[in-house]
Amino acid sequence: MREEYTMSKQTLIVIGNGMVGHHFLEQFSQSPAAEAYQVIVFGEEKQLAYDRVHLSEYFSGSSHADLAMGTADWYAEQGIDLHLNEPVTAIDRDNRVVTTPKGAYPYDQLVLATGSYPFVPPIAGNDQSGCFVYRTLDDLDAIQASAKGAKTGVVVGGGLLGLEAANALKSLGLQASVVEFAPRLMPVQLDDQGGALLRQKIEDLGVQVHTEKATTAIAPGENARLRMKFSDESFLETDLIVFSAGIRPQDTLARACGLEVGERGGIVINNQCTTSDPHIHAIGECALWNNFVFGLVAPGYTMARTLSAALNNDTSAAFTGADMSTKLKLLGVDVGSIGDAHAKTPGARNIRFHDEQIGHYRRMVVSQDGKTLLGAILVGDNSHYDTLLQYALNGIELPKNPEALILPESEGGAPALGADALPDTASICSCHNVTKGDICCAIDAGCSDLGGVKAETKASTGCGGCTALLKKVVDSELEKRGVEVCTDLCEHFSYTRQELFHLVKVNGIRTFRGLLEQHGQGDGCDICKPTVGSILATCWNEHILATDHVPLQDTNDTFMANMQKNGTYSIVPRIPGGEITPDKLIVLGEVAKEYDLYTKITGGQRVDLFGATLSQLPEIWEKLIAAGFETGHAYGKSLRTVKSCVGSTWCRYGVQDSVGMAITLEDRYKGLRAPHKVKMAVSGCTRECAEAQSKDFGVIATEKGWNLYVCGNGGMRPRHADLFATDLSDEELIRTIDRVVMFYVRTADRLQRTSVWMENLEGGLEYLKQVVLEDSLGIGEELEQHMADLVGTYQCEWKTAVEDPEKRKRFREFVNAPEQTDPVQQWTSERGQRRPVLESA
Amino acid sequence: MKARTCWEAVCTVDDLVADSGIAVWTEDGPVAVFYLPRRLPALFAISHTDPFSGSNVLARGITGDINGEPVVASPLYKQHFSLRTGVCLEDDSARVKVYPVLLDGDQIRLEVPLAQAASVAA
Ligand SMILES: Cc1cc2nc3c(=O)[nH]c(=O)nc-3n(C[C@H](O)[C@H](O)[C@H](O)COP(=O)(O)OP(=O)(O)OC[C@H]3O[C@@H](n4cnc5c(N)ncnc54)[C@H](O)[C@@H]3O)c2cc1C
Ligand code: SF4
Ligand code: SF4
Ligand code: FES
Repeated sequence: MREEYTMSKQTLIVIGNGMVGHHFLEQFSQSPAAEAYQVIVFGEEKQLAYDRVHLSEYFSGSSHADLAMGTADWYAEQGIDLHLNEPVTAIDRDNRVVTTPKGAYPYDQLVLATGSYPFVPPIAGNDQSGCFVYRTLDDLDAIQASAKGAKTGVVVGGGLLGLEAANALKSLGLQASVVEFAPRLMPVQLDDQGGALLRQKIEDLGVQVHTEKATTAIAPGENARLRMKFSDESFLETDLIVFSAGIRPQDTLARACGLEVGERGGIVINNQCTTSDPHIHAIGECALWNNFVFGLVAPGYTMARTLSAALNNDTSAAFTGADMSTKLKLLGVDVGSIGDAHAKTPGARNIRFHDEQIGHYRRMVVSQDGKTLLGAILVGDNSHYDTLLQYALNGIELPKNPEALILPESEGGAPALGADALPDTASICSCHNVTKGDICCAIDAGCSDLGGVKAETKASTGCGGCTALLKKVVDSELEKRGVEVCTDLCEHFSYTRQELFHLVKVNGIRTFRGLLEQHGQGDGCDICKPTVGSILATCWNEHILATDHVPLQDTNDTFMANMQKNGTYSIVPRIPGGEITPDKLIVLGEVAKEYDLYTKITGGQRVDLFGATLSQLPEIWEKLIAAGFETGHAYGKSLRTVKSCVGSTWCRYGVQDSVGMAITLEDRYKGLRAPHKVKMAVSGCTRECAEAQSKDFGVIATEKGWNLYVCGNGGMRPRHADLFATDLSDEELIRTIDRVVMFYVRTADRLQRTSVWMENLEGGLEYLKQVVLEDSLGIGEELEQHMADLVGTYQCEWKTAVEDPEKRKRFREFVNAPEQTDPVQQWTSERGQRRPVLESA
Repeated sequence: MKARTCWEAVCTVDDLVADSGIAVWTEDGPVAVFYLPRRLPALFAISHTDPFSGSNVLARGITGDINGEPVVASPLYKQHFSLRTGVCLEDDSARVKVYPVLLDGDQIRLEVPLAQAASVAA
């Protein structure tokens, strides 16, 4: 608690610690005016501002810390006095004081960033237990608690948020339905055709949709907890209800103190975000600008920046409206809506493309003279979104045959709008208000790659929607400046990994030397050698210690163990699916004890033994192999583990044998060499205890079989896996994984995890589905055959190594002094185990 | 005053691994010996100790060339060290000791400074 505020400072109070309030503080505290103010923040929620846009990820395992936008330390460093869980209850404008249940606080400047609240339609019985809204972490906690023991859930409202809530209910294992008052889904953003297609896709995913239903009452149910009665006398029974029927600006405080508010709510602001009282400002979803409330985060951020500039006496700062185009993935279905989607502009004309077979709908709204794009609707495939948005936002003149922009490419569709064609004013990242011009400036100021531009401009560090476009702009600008965007692997090969793979495969090249002589130059290096080693392993699956391959491997691959900081190694035997017999567990314990190895359980459900010297490795493995262990490839760019929950064998919720499937998968893909490590997991039901959706390949059991998720990631840059196929049988599941894995192995870049591979894959998830599920390239069987060959030639590398005296020679710590120990390896003990002495120098 | 040295026999040709390194123990401590058969000379010897981690690991790095310079990459933090000069390519303030090396019959010999006790005996 701060004792006193410096007398000379003015006080700025912010009410609301949500996304926009936080963004304002970030901007303001970096500005010169920050010196002149003591800032106090009041938040009604008990948590520090978090990323509400990604709220639903809370159900897939993200915690408040993952979603948080800042830390308490940051607030403290900035000298901001933060009061969470302390709502402001009144504003006294005459005396310039706000009150909370804990006290009264005078202000000089006041910022309202109170956001909005969910609108709950006035239906009799809407307040009983089992009825919820979807806005805060607390709401989600309540829904989650109620979902335990529930079977069905209904979302009232078929808009953007409603569909997201339906997906969340589904992920909690409920049979979900959506009830919409309008005749179609997402009435604001879509037209009838688009809405119908979206409905069909969503119903295919098992979510029931009821349109044109007005709920009149909610009463206790007969077969479920609740019964919803509709105006047409029909009814629907459900265990819980989530209201998502729109949002209303949170303007209660403003009304009570007599600030000007709009007819339908919202605190009226001018272009500087100031309200009818010059000492009070409003930003974000609670503000009404030009009779309009913006229910998206990007306009709120723009207001926050504008206000911060205005408080710094920047007279040019002005909020002038914002684009409300949206692109999103609802229950895995792409939906996009741009500008005047409903052709309300006089004289506007439509161009539509609708392919019912693959379920793609695209509509362009063009001006009367056919020269400019006014709006667009996309359902089923968002790959045209970026291009269309740039045409609309920047008023770029349309080509002569504008329909080409939405036709499939094989039918003469136009290529995406090149980054070159964009004007400097084109907004590339709306979250952080970065234009193409800003990016050019950053490059001219010395940024020479994508990472540099991101760090400098913050572009694509918000919602991430602009990542692909940003990369295009940066590449094209670098190229223009003569910076060659070099895709060469390294100085020895002017090819990408994918091209090298092709060369090796097609020309039947079996050694690094052979490849270097035919297609490269020099001697090679630590970039190309392991890359080619991995390619050779995938193509021909020879032992990695075959003489020709030894010098190619990273030390971990060469010695088949993970080097630790003092030069010793850790050993991880394979424990498929995390299932281990007591006898094997005892062997691990005995071996660890004999060699005094530090022992730790890994995140992948196995046991890691640390501190073995190079020369101990073969002896230790001899013992492990005798007890039936195989190498776990923890050192390789290859399959790590297939994590599993205990599944239907033991768990009362389980619907399939997840352990059995995990073991099958682990045994199948073990040893496979890939561009990077690959992790998998199998959960026995939608409760997802194995966290499969954070893995490269995640499998979740359903009543009918298995759902497959692909390209997820934990680690430094987490990515939620994409749902790839549903209700697969065992055979279908394995065939599908075979194909995706092989396609990844063949086409990914060096050290590219599946998550990044997917993000860079042109055409993205849809394209991958076409290749794998519809076999659009006609390579499905080839991929499967290749995998079958690899599975057939698997050998435990350690078994082969310990049996071969020549190979064992490699494990001599000092070839001329077998008794010599490494003097820098010093040990001490901690919590009952041995650990390295940390260097004191 | 030049320190006294000797040519110590450390291993035989059979111990070498082409395009890779091995570690030997010498009067001067641990040394990494590399054999790059397509180069002339083909033998290199540098200290086995990685200056960045203090650990004895350099013989286990990947060899290659960077702009024609023969190098080994540290297996721990991946810096490259010239096999000819011992200088770190990423940070020229770091360097490792280089040892002259020769092939004597099938013996590999390194020129190492004589340890105190040994020099008295010599
Ligand atoms: C599930 C979901 C998905 C979304 N998806 C997207 C999306 O994909 N794209 C997009 O652009 N937008 C999306 N949004 C909307 C986005 O979250 C909002 O636009 C954004 O959060 C608005 O920020 P804000 O600061 O104005 O309001 P909020 O983030 O709501 O913050 C307001 C804060 O003020 C507090 N408060 C209110 N009254 C008081 C008081 N009297 N005293 C103290 N504190 C008070 C509230 O408790 C709240 O914490 C989504 C919203 C939800 C709920
Ligand atoms: S995921 Fe597995 S452990 Fe978790 S509830 Fe389902 S079956 Fe049980
Ligand atoms: S999180 Fe960091 S410290 Fe921990 S194991 Fe991974 S790399 Fe090492
Ligand atoms: S548009 Fe959201 S991060 Fe760029």
